[in-house]
Amino acid sequence: MLYREAGQFKTSYQKDQAIFPIRQDRIAVWALLLAVFIAVPLLADDYWLGSIITPLLVLSLAAIGLNILTGYAGQLSLGTAGFMAVGAFAAYNLNIRVPELPLIVDFLLAGVFAAMVGMVFGLPSLRIKGFYLAVATLAAQFFIEWVFTHVGWFTNYSSSGVISAPPMHILGMTIDTAVEKYLLTLSVVAVLALGAKNMVRSRIGRSWMAVRDKDISAEVIGVPLLSTKLSAFGISSFYCGVAGALWTYCYLGTVEPAAFDLNRSFQVLFMIIIGGVGSILGSFLGAGFIVLLPILLNNIAAMIGHGTLQADTMANLEHIIFGGLIIFFLIVEPHGLARLWQIAKEKLRLWPFPY
Amino acid sequence: MSGKRNIGDVILRCDNISLSFGGVRALTNISVDVREHEVMAIIGPNGAGKSSMLNVINGVYHPQEGTVTYRGQTRRAMKPHETARQGIARTFQNIALFKGMSVLDNIMTGRYTKMKRNFLWQALYWGPNLKEEIEHREVCERVIDFLQIENIRKTPVGRLPYGLQKRVELGRALAAEPDLLLLDEPMAGMNVEEKEDMCRFILDVNDEFGTTIVLIEHDMGVVMDISDRVAVLDYGKKIADGPPEEVRANQDVIDAYLGVAH
Ligand SMILES: Nc1ncnc2c1ncn2[C@@H]1O[C@H](COP(=O)(O)OP(=O)(O)OP(=O)(O)O)[C@@H](O)[C@H]1O
Ligand SMILES: [Mg+2]
Repeated sequence: MLYREAGQFKTSYQKDQAIFPIRQDRIAVWALLLAVFIAVPLLADDYWLGSIITPLLVLSLAAIGLNILTGYAGQLSLGTAGFMAVGAFAAYNLNIRVPELPLIVDFLLAGVFAAMVGMVFGLPSLRIKGFYLAVATLAAQFFIEWVFTHVGWFTNYSSSGVISAPPMHILGMTIDTAVEKYLLTLSVVAVLALGAKNMVRSRIGRSWMAVRDKDISAEVIGVPLLSTKLSAFGISSFYCGVAGALWTYCYLGTVEPAAFDLNRSFQVLFMIIIGGVGSILGSFLGAGFIVLLPILLNNIAAMIGHGTLQADTMANLEHIIFGGLIIFFLIVEPHGLARLWQIAKEKLRLWPFPY
Repeated sequence: MSGKRNIGDVILRCDNISLSFGGVRALTNISVDVREHEVMAIIGPNGAGKSSMLNVINGVYHPQEGTVTYRGQTRRAMKPHETARQGIARTFQNIALFKGMSVLDNIMTGRYTKMKRNFLWQALYWGPNLKEEIEHREVCERVIDFLQIENIRKTPVGRLPYGLQKRVELGRALAAEPDLLLLDEPMAGMNVEEKEDMCRFILDVNDEFGTTIVLIEHDMGVVMDISDRVAVLDYGKKIADGPPEEVRANQDVIDAYLGVAH
């Protein structure tokens, strides 16, 4: 079937407001959901599920969080990993100290704690913008890392400073295998991604974008700047916090504060730059790109090089390609892969008659 | 101009407003009344303090002296988002749209203060939030019809030509259903045809919804045509205030515009 809207007249605002107004898109989304919930667990092996796809999903969630703050509300942040750490350590401490709470509640509360910390570090955003705000969030990043490294209570006085996630139980089921962890991660990420998509197309999302695009007009329309920016910090950090908890429980199992260092913040920032600043879809595309590109490069090198390429050459090559792509996207296509995808769809809508 | 409107009581009173930036005196002792349902124009040479006056009225600037009384409530310093809630809307001299958003989203943002659902409902979207979105979409669609911009409602505003952007900015202000609408040079940089359209929109808004309008405009022809009253500023002082014909004949005003030395 050709991809177009012809003949699909929107008879009501309700239909026009639908999340995927074009029928082909709706079909594609259902197909995708079936694939990721059913086909992927059946086809992928434990290595792919546990070491590639699950972390990819978790990082997508963190990227959604950062995209809410930076892409939608226009507040540049380098504290992403710090807020993930808050979520990780909050979930762990809730889990071991208040064992009565269901695990999902731990995860949600972990997000809430991260949200509160995020809002505190978001307070300077009323006065400072851009580069200076980035520096302030950098301070948050270092401060949070320092606290979790140096205050023993948070790691339950583990001598190595490492926390180990206790076994997971949800509704009497034990979440243990790679498939189970993948499905848990996928469910959480799918629900939260839908929530984010809904928020950005509602009043709160419009208020974020208004503050991003022209804060003086936003204020004159009645959008209070401080509480709008804080809501972006809070909700963004909630997403990062839940991502941190999943990172610990569903991916690594044991975690030290260094897993949430500045490099991680930059990694997530690059994801949204490549995937698309101000796009929920772009958060997934960017995470996918950054997680999968090294694997792809390795495979290509193995195919053509047969061991002639040294491992460190590969690592350098990877850095060069990333650097080049980031510069490319910053200069040529600031809206990233998501925008390229949109352009492709617009072309497809006209195909095969371009005029 | 239709005679249907009844110009009512004073809705906005500015009393002895003085505003300075460092050493620059932008406004000196300005007192102005605006009556309900009227169209009032503020004119004056460049740098006279016209935009500053609007900024004082909707709380962007806080004057060092004087008070603003709106609907009987007297204040000096108020945040712009609070004046918005009281029914004051505004457009800017330099277009201040939300560049990354579509026309419809820009106008929907104008409904901000009227929407009530919290973010949890919004994250869920369906149910009460969808109902609210649709209700407000309907109001915005009426604004879109009124301004005849149906064909561009989904276009990102950054892609529109200047004249249309000005129109969208008016739409965003109208979406708030304001009682008092402040327009800072709504016709600047437009061609004759666009100006005529804009005049018609302004008069229609005033006529159909009874909105009180304060506008700044340099085109004297337009000012004489559409305003009930004209206030003239020069070097931060008010030099005249009255019906258009009277102001046009005022010697101080003629001097100010011809640049007679002070
Ligand atoms: N934010 C500000 N900071 C410093 N000075 C300002 C500021 N806003 C206005 N001014 C000064 O106040 C004076 C009045 O400016 P205003 O913009 O109100 O004039 P205007 O009548 O709107 O002029 P124009 O016709 O050029 O728009 C000018 O001297 C201007 O430089
Ligand atoms: Mg001005």
